This record gives sequence, structure tokens and C-alpha cells, in this order.
Amino acid sequence: MAKVIVVTSGKGGVGKTTSSAAIGTGLAVKGYKTVIVDFDIGLRNLDLIMGCERRVVYDFVNVINGESNLNQALIKDKRVEKLFILPASQTRDKDALTKEGVERVLNELKQEFDFIICDSPAGIEAGAMMALYFADEAIVTTNPEVSSVRDSDRILGILHSKSKRAEEGLDGVKEHLLLTRYNPERVEKGEMLSVEDVQDILAIDLLGVIPESPSVLSASNSGQPVILDIDSDAGKAYQDTIDRLLGEEIDYRFLQVRKKGILKRIFGG
Amino acid sequence: MSLLSYFRSPKTKTASLAKERLQIIVAHERSQRGTPDYLPQLKQDILEVIRKYVEISSDQVSVQLEQNEDDLAVLELNVTLPDEK
Ligand SMILES: Nc1ncnc2c1ncn2[C@@H]1O[C@H](COP(=O)(O)OP(=O)(O)O)[C@@H](O)[C@H]1O
Ligand SMILES: [Mg+2]
Repeated sequence: MAKVIVVTSGKGGVGKTTSSAAIGTGLAVKGYKTVIVDFDIGLRNLDLIMGCERRVVYDFVNVINGESNLNQALIKDKRVEKLFILPASQTRDKDALTKEGVERVLNELKQEFDFIICDSPAGIEAGAMMALYFADEAIVTTNPEVSSVRDSDRILGILHSKSKRAEEGLDGVKEHLLLTRYNPERVEKGEMLSVEDVQDILAIDLLGVIPESPSVLSASNSGQPVILDIDSDAGKAYQDTIDRLLGEEIDYRFLQVRKKGILKRIFGG
Repeated sequence: MSLLSYFRSPKTKTASLAKERLQIIVAHERSQRGTPDYLPQLKQDILEVIRKYVEISSDQVSVQLEQNEDDLAVLELNVTLPDEK
């Protein structure tokens, strides 16, 4: 059975697109046929993060409007077998995504794919509602910062009341917390909310903690999802996240301040 | 504490302050969830009506909707009137 997973947050700039790209790629690396769908209509960016911006011909809205078929719009990743991207449209028409249209496209994708990752736009407007409406699972992407945590709680409320699963009285959307841009040094100094703090407030299961890392910017500069940078801390943290998503129990690696090695302690650095 | 030392004071542990504030606002917002959108306006209208007779402030009126059973919702209205002089 295909699974529809929305990467959502309420707040903008917390790492949804970064995480959608990493998680989608990670699942495909594991052998699952995966498509990442960009729901950020008007502000297409997933294509850049995935490094396929020059291969976009048709988009999500073209498929909904019947201007192209799904296979014409899907972009096959050149690095990872079984990975596809469905780009967002650059139209300024906010009503381009209709519920019927989105449902039809998702149903067609479900025939072919194991995982459908929906990269949600920020906010709680139509685009964000559409991205989460059909979800089986939600990855609530949160930064350890007051406005992000509050917005995540609002999104959880919306998942409880406005998703298809909620409306139809099915089992609720399975919710996961993904804490991104985490800085253990600042947490240790008492300057930043800790994983436990955020968990206490949001009260949902923790799926992953991604450290604040320069490797994320290098990855986006070069159009490579950061999970393919297998030696980077963020890359490893996303790999752990994938394993947990697939049901494994994995220890958390990047929660503590890294101890300096003896040489560094002597010579500084 | 002088103004200067305020600016110089070592970074206080603001994370615990953040957590406290979040706990309060999130609890409040959760309690408002699922209430009809007309509730704030209803409260405002009730306030106007009462003000025709006595001067009260908005925090002296509380309007709450509780869903008791599936088919029974109770609208609870609490008004604190000022002491008669
Ligand atoms: N773990 C991280 N470490 C450092 N920078 C990050 C991290 N995650 C995201 N970013 C940066 O944050 C910005 C917003 O990320 P993005 O994924 O576009 O967020 P969203 O899709 O939620 O708006 C980008 O500049 C991205 O490079
Ligand atoms: Mg984004």
C-alpha cells in the first residue's frame, strides 16, 4: 500500500523542503519507489534543492488541468534509481490546486509508488491544507524556537480536525516530530529549547533531530539532497530518521555537544 | 541593577522562559480549538448589551462553549458585575 506523507510545519523556513528532499531520497536509496511532490505553488523550490530545475517541463498544475499527463511531468532523478519529483507550478493562481484534482493525481501516484512525500508550503492557507488533507502520516518539522513550536501545535490541531482521515472518522494521521536546526551547544548553555522541552509541549513521537549544519547550505548550493552527503552530520541524522520511519529503533547521535579531541584541547580550535 | 549591567549581564537561561511561555499559550490555544468562529463576536455583542446598563470591562465577561455529549452543547455565560455603591 502506498503511503502519503506530508512534511509540514506552519512556519516558513524551518526546513520542510530540505527535509522532504532528504527523506524522499533516503527512502528511494532504501529501494522504495518514491515521489516527492512540491505543493508550494508559485514558489517552486524543491527542483533547485534536488538539482533538477533545468529539467522541469510540465508541473503539478498542468497535470491537474489535463495539460499534460503524469509521466510527462514526473522528473526521474539521475542519481537514485526509483526516485521521482513532481514540481510545483509557478502560477500565481492560488486556487490552482483543487481538492478533486489533487486527489486524482495522488490516486494515480499511489498506483505506482511506495511513498508519496508532500512538501507543504508554509502557512495555513489553501496550499498547506491541500498538502496535508490526504496524508496518512505527517512529519511535523519544527525548530527549537517559540514561534515554530507554536505553529507546529496549530498544524497538529488542523491535522486532528481538517484532514481527510479526521473528517471521515478513520484512524488519525500518524504524527511524527522532526526537530531541525538543532544546536546542542546552545541547548547546553540554556539558550535553546531542548528536544525534551519541545516533546513536552507538542506531545508527539520523535522521529529525528537534525543538527544545524553547514553541510545543508553546501548541499543546496550544489543541488544535492543533504542525505547523499553521507559523511556530514545532517546527512547521518537524516539517514537515522529514515531508519526510524521504516520502523527501526536507532539511537540519537547528535544531541550532545561533541567533545573536543585531546589535540584540539591543547592547541585550541 | 544599572542599565549598563543589564546589557552586560551574562546570557540568562532563556530556554526555560521560552518553555514556560509556550506551555501557557499552547494550552490556551488548544482550549479554544474547535469552538465556533462566531464566539468572539458573540462575546463582543453581549458586552455591548450589558454596557447599556452597567459599565464593565471585557475581562468581566466570559463566554464558553462546552460540548458535553454528542448532541448537547452548553453555552456558559459568566458576568461579574461591579459592587453596588
Ligand atoms: N539542519 C540545517 N542546518 C542549517 N541550515 C538549515 C538546516 N535545515 C534547513 N536549513 C536552511 O534553512 C533555510 C530554510 O530551509 P527550507 O528547507 O527551504 O525551509 P522551508 O521549506 O520550511 O521553508 C534554508 O536556507 C536551508 O538551507
Ligand atoms: Mg519549502
